[in-house]
Amino acid sequence: MTLPMGRAMREVFGETVAELAGRDPRIVMLDGDLGTSTRGQIFEQAHPERYFQMGIAEQNMLGAAAGMASVGLIPFISTFVAFAVVRPLDQIRVLIAQPHLNVKITAGYSGLFTGRAGKTHIVVDDMSIMRAMPNMVTVAPADDTETAQVLRWAAGHDGPVYVRLVRDPTQHLFDADHVFLPSTGVVVRDGSDVTLISTGAQTPRVVDAADLLAARGIRAQVLHLATIKPIDVDAIVRAAERTGLVITVEEHTVIGGLGGAVAETLGEHRPTRLHRLGLQDVFAESASNDDLLDIYGLSAARVADQVTEVLRSAPGPRASAGTQA
Amino acid sequence: MVTTAAHADAEAGRLVEIARRIRVEVVRTIHRTGVGHLGGSLSEADLLAALYFHELRIRPEQPDWPERDRFVLSKGHASVGLYAALALRGYLPVAELLTFDSRGTRLQGHPDMTRLSCLDFSTGSLGMGISAAVGIALGSRLLGRPNRTFVLLGDGECQEGSVWEAAFVAARYGLDNLIAIIDHNRLQQFGWRGDTAEHRLAPQGPGELLAKWTAFGWRASEIDGHDMSGILDALDGVHARDGRPVAIIADTVKGRGVSFAEGRYMSHVHVPNREEYELAMVELGEQPAGAEDAPR
Repeated sequence: MTLPMGRAMREVFGETVAELAGRDPRIVMLDGDLGTSTRGQIFEQAHPERYFQMGIAEQNMLGAAAGMASVGLIPFISTFVAFAVVRPLDQIRVLIAQPHLNVKITAGYSGLFTGRAGKTHIVVDDMSIMRAMPNMVTVAPADDTETAQVLRWAAGHDGPVYVRLVRDPTQHLFDADHVFLPSTGVVVRDGSDVTLISTGAQTPRVVDAADLLAARGIRAQVLHLATIKPIDVDAIVRAAERTGLVITVEEHTVIGGLGGAVAETLGEHRPTRLHRLGLQDVFAESASNDDLLDIYGLSAARVADQVTEVLRSAPGPRASAGTQA
Repeated sequence: MVTTAAHADAEAGRLVEIARRIRVEVVRTIHRTGVGHLGGSLSEADLLAALYFHELRIRPEQPDWPERDRFVLSKGHASVGLYAALALRGYLPVAELLTFDSRGTRLQGHPDMTRLSCLDFSTGSLGMGISAAVGIALGSRLLGRPNRTFVLLGDGECQEGSVWEAAFVAARYGLDNLIAIIDHNRLQQFGWRGDTAEHRLAPQGPGELLAKWTAFGWRASEIDGHDMSGILDALDGVHARDGRPVAIIADTVKGRGVSFAEGRYMSHVHVPNREEYELAMVELGEQPAGAEDAPR
C-alpha cells in the first residue's frame, strides 16, 4: 500500500501566497526570473503591482527583500534553492538574518527533483546551512496540505523563515484537518521496533517504507519533523525512549541537516543508537526522479531495505555514515 | 524656497563647520578607542554633514518616523564618521562615541540596526547596502510614502558585482526616489601597486565611475566632494525627478583634513598616536587637547 500522489508544492506555493496577499496588502513577491518554474506567476497574475521581477540578480534580490521588509512589507522569494540560499548567502546573513527582518525565503526545486537539472540545481546542504544561521527558522513541509499551512504560518510569523518547496508532485500525507505547529514533531505511524525520523517530502516515502517493514514483521514508528530549527527536542527524546533505535531519513546530505540535528539532540539529551540515511557526503547527478531516489537510497523500498539491514546488524560502534572511509 | 547667494553661502559655512566637528570626533574616537577606519570616515565627512544637517527630512526626536528619508551607509566600515554625524545631530550623546566597538556598545564596529535604532540598516559586508536601499525605495513607492532613500558607497566597493545588480534593477524600476552617493576617494585598503609600495593606483580612472553609472541608466554627475556649495547644488538637483535614480560621484581625498592621513592608503585603518592626535586637533582648528584626552 502506498500513499497517493498529491499536488505539487510549487502550485500550492503560487496559489497560497497569492491568496494570502489578497488578505494582506503587505505581502509582496520578488522573483529571480523563475516565476514560470516556481509558479510565482500565479501571484503575478493575481497581484501584478506587488510582483517584483528582480531579474537574474539574486544577491540584489535578497538584499532588496530585506529593504522592503524594513519598511513594513512581507516579501516572499520566488527562485530555486541554489539561487535563494547559496548564491546570496552573505546577503541573507548580513541583511536578513542578523537584523531579524521579515523575509520569507520560500525556495523551490529543493532536494533531488529539479527537472533533471543535475549537480548545480540539486543543493544537498541547504538545510545544514540555513539551520546553522542564527535567527533563521527552517521548515520542510511534507506534502501539499502542510505546504499551505506552513506558508500561512510563515506569513504571520514576524521574522525570517526558510521554507523548502518541491518542484514535482509528491505523495499526499496529511488530511485537510492536519494542523502545522512550528517546532512540533508529528508521529505519523506508531511502532516499537525502530523510530524513523524524516522531514519534507521524504516523510511520505518513509511512511510507505514503514508499511513495507510491517509486512516483514518490523513495527516502525515514523516521526515527521517539518521544522528543523527550532527542533522538537521532546518529540525526538520520546521517540528514542520508545524504540531505542533511531534512523533519520532525508533527501539531503546526512551532514548537518535533519540527521545532524537529531544526532546533536540525542547526544545531548538521550544517547541512542542512531543511523543517518540520505546523501552520504556526495553531490548529486542528473537522472529521473525515480532513479535519483533509488541511487541515493531514498525510495520506500530502498529505505525499508536499509532499515531491515540495520535491525539485522549487531548494535555497537560503527563506521561513520558521514564519510566514505 | 528662494535662497539668495548670501543665504547659500551662510548655509554652506554652517555645514563646513559641522563637517569639521565630525572630523574632530572621528579622530578623537579612533585615537581614544584604538580602533576604527580613519581615512574613509574623514573623506565622507562633508557629505554626511550635508545630508544629516541639510538634506535629509528626518526627526531626531522621532527616529522611527515612517515617512523619514532613509540613509544607508553601504561602505559600513566608515561607521565612525556616521556615528559622529548622528551624535552631533542629536541621536546619541557625543560622549557615547568613546564606547565605539567596545563590549556592550550600541556603536558596533560596523553599523547594526538592532543595537542602534536610528540606523536605517545594518551594513558592513561591501556591495550590499545599495540592495537594501533599492528595496527601501521600491517598498516606499509601493506604500505611497514620500520619503527618499540615500545610500553612500565607496569607490572600492563598486568592484562588488552586486552593486551593479542593484544599479540595473534600480534603473529598470525608475527609482527616482533613490540617490546613491559614491565617496570617490580613489584609495582602498591596499589596492594596486603604483611606482612604489607607498604609491597605490586608483581603482578607477578619471571619469570611469561617471560613465559606468550613466551607462546603467542613472542620472549621474561628478562633483568635488569637499566643496560644500557644490555638494548642496548637487543635492538640490535631486529634487527634480525624471524617472531615473540619481548617482552623485563625489571626488574626495582619503583622510581629508589631517596631514598624516590625506591621500595615504595606510590611513584606511590607521589609529593616530598621541602626537598625531594633537597635530590633527591643531590642523582641524580645535583647542589644544586637555588632560581628559589622554589615551587609554
